[in-house]
Formats: sequence, C-alpha cells, structure tokens
Amino acid sequence: MIALENVTKRYGAQTVVDDVSVRFGEEGVTALIGPNGAGKSTLFGLVGRLVRPDAGRVTVDGTDVERTPSNELAKVLAVLRQDNHVAARLTVHDLVEFGRFPHSRGRLTVHDREHIERAITYLDLEAYRNRFLDELSGGQRQRAFIAMVLAQDTEYVLLDEPLNNLDLRHMTEIMRLVRTMADELGKRVVTVLHDINFAATWSDRIVAMRDGRVVADASAREIMRPEVLAAVYDTTVDVREIDGRPVALYYG
Amino acid sequence: MTALDSTSTSAPARVRPRRAWVGVLVGILLVVLAGLSLFVGVSDVSPASVLAGGPDSSAASLLVVSRIPRTVAVVLVGASLGIAGLIMQMLVRNKFVEPSTTGVSEFATLGMLVAIVFAPGMAVVGKMAVAAVFGLAGTWVFLRVVRVVPVRQLVLVPLVGIMLGGVVGAVTTFVAYRLDLLQSLGQWSQGSFATVMQGRYEFVWIAGLMVGVAWLAADRFSVIGLGEEFATNLGLDYRRVVAVGMVVIAVITAAVLVTAGLIPFLGLVVPNIVSLVIGDNVRRAIPWVAGLGAVFVLGCDVLARVVRFPYEIPLSVIVGVLGAAVFLWLLLRRRGRAH
Repeated sequence: MIALENVTKRYGAQTVVDDVSVRFGEEGVTALIGPNGAGKSTLFGLVGRLVRPDAGRVTVDGTDVERTPSNELAKVLAVLRQDNHVAARLTVHDLVEFGRFPHSRGRLTVHDREHIERAITYLDLEAYRNRFLDELSGGQRQRAFIAMVLAQDTEYVLLDEPLNNLDLRHMTEIMRLVRTMADELGKRVVTVLHDINFAATWSDRIVAMRDGRVVADASAREIMRPEVLAAVYDTTVDVREIDGRPVALYYG
Repeated sequence: MTALDSTSTSAPARVRPRRAWVGVLVGILLVVLAGLSLFVGVSDVSPASVLAGGPDSSAASLLVVSRIPRTVAVVLVGASLGIAGLIMQMLVRNKFVEPSTTGVSEFATLGMLVAIVFAPGMAVVGKMAVAAVFGLAGTWVFLRVVRVVPVRQLVLVPLVGIMLGGVVGAVTTFVAYRLDLLQSLGQWSQGSFATVMQGRYEFVWIAGLMVGVAWLAADRFSVIGLGEEFATNLGLDYRRVVAVGMVVIAVITAAVLVTAGLIPFLGLVVPNIVSLVIGDNVRRAIPWVAGLGAVFVLGCDVLARVVRFPYEIPLSVIVGVLGAAVFLWLLLRRRGRAH
C-alpha cells in the first residue's frame, strides 16, 4: 500500500501539492487525471523519493520513504517518469538489464536473467533486443522503458504519462499491457493519463487532481459525468453512452 | 507465472558481428605499437642487441631504465585518460566533455602552479595531490555551472567548460608570468613522455588504479548515465556515485599531468569512437576505451619520436592535431544525423 498522509509540497510561494491524503494499491490499475499543473507529476516525485515533502508523510507498505534505504524501496516500487531522454547509447537489452539493478547490484544471477528474458518477451522486444535506443521508434522506446520497469519486478509501478507522443495504436497497446500487468502479474499500477477515455476504459479507479488537491476519487463510471469532469478540468465536457460505456467528448 | 523454457533462458546472442574483428584489431595494434615503442629511439636498442649484449649491456639497461617505463607510462596514460573522459561523459550526460573541455585540466594545472609557488621543494607526489584537489574542485565547479545549462544542448555544455577552462588558464598564466614561472609550468604541462624514466613515472600507476575503480563501479556509472531520476528509481545513491566519478576524473587528470603533462582531446575522441561501435554500457566499454586509448597514445608517441628523428616533437602537438580532426568529424557527423 502506498499512502500519502497530509502531504504538502511548495515551490516558493506556489503550493503544488496541497495537504493530499490518498492511498494506492488496492486496485490493479488506478488512473491519475487532472489538468496541467495539477500536481500529478509532483505527487509521483514525492512517492518516488525524487521530491521531499514540506509537510506530511509518504509510506510504502507502512515504512516511510524518507527512512527506507533507497535500494530496498527500489525492489517494491518502480517509477517511470515522463519524457525520458537517454543520451547514452544503450541497447534494449542493456536497459532492461539495468532494471534488475536493485536486486543484482550489477551481478546478474540466473534468476535475474529469467526476469530480463521474461520482460523482453512480455513486451515483444525480442527482435529489437540488440538495437540501440536511439534507433527505435517512440512506441518501441516506450516499450523498452516499460520492460525495464517490469524487470525491476516491483509490486507497485508508477507510470507518468506513458502515452505521451504515441499514436493511437501504440496508446492502446500500452494500455492493454498495463491492464495485463495488473491482471496477470499482480502489479499495482498507477498511471497519469491525459486522455480520460483511456482512463475510463482501462482503469479500475480514477483519482482526479486539481490545484494540488485530490478533487475526485471513485470508479470510472462515477467520474465520467459531465459535472465531475467540468469541475476537474474547468471546461464543459459532454459524456455519452456508447455500447454501454461512458465516452467523454471534449473536442470543442 | 510459468517457468520459461530453456531456449529463452540461454545466453542471448549479444555480440554484434563488427565487434569481434575490431577487438582483435585493437589488440594486435596494442602489441605491435608497444613493441615499436620499446625499440624506437636514438640509441640502438633492438631485440638482437639486447640478446647479444646480455643482461648487463647498455642496450639492456636502457631498455629497463628508459624504454620500458616510457612504454608502460604511455599505455597507462592512454588508457586512463580514455576512462576519465568516459566517466565524465556519463556524469554530465554529454558526449563532448572530458577534462580538457570542462576546465578540470586547467584547474589541476593551477593546483600545480600553487604547489610550485608555495612549496617548490615538495615531492612530486605532493604536487600531484595538490593538483588532484584542484582538479576535484574544478569538476565540482563545472558540474554546478552546467546544472543551469539544458542537458540536451549538446555543444553548449563543452563550450561552457572550455570558457571556464579559458578563465582559469588565463589566471594561471598571469600568475606564472608575474612570478616568472611560465617556463617551469610549461615543462610540467606540455604533453610529452621524453622525460619519463625509471624512478619518476611510477605515479601513473595511480591513474591505472583509478581505471580499476571505474571498472568496479562500471554498472553504477552506466545507471548514472541514464539520469538522476532513473538512478534514484533503481535505488542508487546518485550523489555518492557522482562523487566517486569526480574523484576518479580528478586523480587521473593529476597523475597524468605530473607524468606526461596535458594531453587534450583523447578522453573525448576515444570514448566517442567506442560508443559508435559498441555503445555506452560502461562495463562493456571500459576494456575498449582503455585499449583504444593506449593504442592512440602509443601511436602518437612513436610518431613524435620518428617525425623529426633523431629529435622528438611534443606528443601533445600530434595528439592535438589528430584529436581535433576527429573531434570535428564527430561534431559534423552529429549534425548530419539531425540531432
């Protein structure tokens, strides 16, 4: 269980995360939605010990992330930030191998290699294993990063905008993958999404943030209502029922 | 989860075909050039003359006192400078940095001047320590300055470093000029192996030791090269690994400075060429960078000895010309790929 208790983070005079208390880890897939600047990425930073809270406490499985050795935390929690720019020329295999670092500390065991192979197979990267990251398309690169996180073999996986810069097919591919990670491998995935229809289709629970606060936290069907979405995004959103599923229309 | 079948767990074929023969080529060049380095020079030292004269002959003693130390120093300097560049490129996440494009060499030289001014009689190892401390401070200053430059500004980062080095270098020259120490400083900082002989080159082993440290921490440096967020996610203490890298860079720079002087571009050119062939996984790259660095300096040193035979020209001249040419090629090549 990832728990934030009255967590506040300020940058100068601006409060980016404002007294947030929320828990993740019951559901398989939780979507974190909200407008730009709502504090979603900062929230991930706080959980992933990249950002220190000004007040409050973040715990993972009951232990404070500030006091847990970083390496121990890396065995239960993986965070993939958005917009990953890797300057180093590494192959897909190299990258996935580094995902085992918290377990292997650089000395790979047979067990580590099994995890690497499994992650590569799972993300269908066998053909690209020896390619350098800068030789891949955006979708392939995103899959390579997710394979790395998968090889890390953590219970909790936090993905910050994994659909960024992907086309329709690859967006669906990644979301299907996130779903199977939760259903087949028992991961607890929390993912920041901008497209609320993807959030509604693939997640068990949606947490909505605005101005540094959690403003809604419920199942997809309860969130996908015009009045809720209007309150979150401060714009009118029409919601229609199509084939029994709520679909938001926000194309103006 | 089901167990994987044996075919998928077997060691993956990771070797790219072009790797093997390049590795063999570097190995052969290393042996051939080291042999040449032992037997090229003004005095006649050849396998035949050493064998004919026996262990007490002048040829044999020249081999032990001068030629072997020189060859060992050249190999260690080449290998360790390449590694210093590689580590620095991982820390900064920029392919165009190395001690001479980041002000680290200039800071170390300033340290040398400080040691000459305040403790002229200090042993060489003491001077090296002062230079290393200044080099470390230089690395720190550079990393601080570069933090405000966007990582993706590929050429801006070394440009800032070269400017920083220019400022420090100017201060060093001014002080040395005022104290009439320019010549003395020049003797230290000009890159050459002409003065290397038994009893006054052994510090270079410290640089060799740092290559070992880099090799032990290779995976950590690779992860650091992915950036602070990746490193933290993988449970690494980012600051500590950066600190280890800074020490490795500063000590190599200082050890090379006191044995051979400043040898520019090497730490930049060699890791970039290796990166093109096998990529940036540090554990895999280290033997390549070390080997190719040694080959590069060996070749240049032999050339420096034969170009104006029987006189020697400074090694740094040859390395500078060749290195700058390759550097330019790398820069233009990048632009061609629209990065």
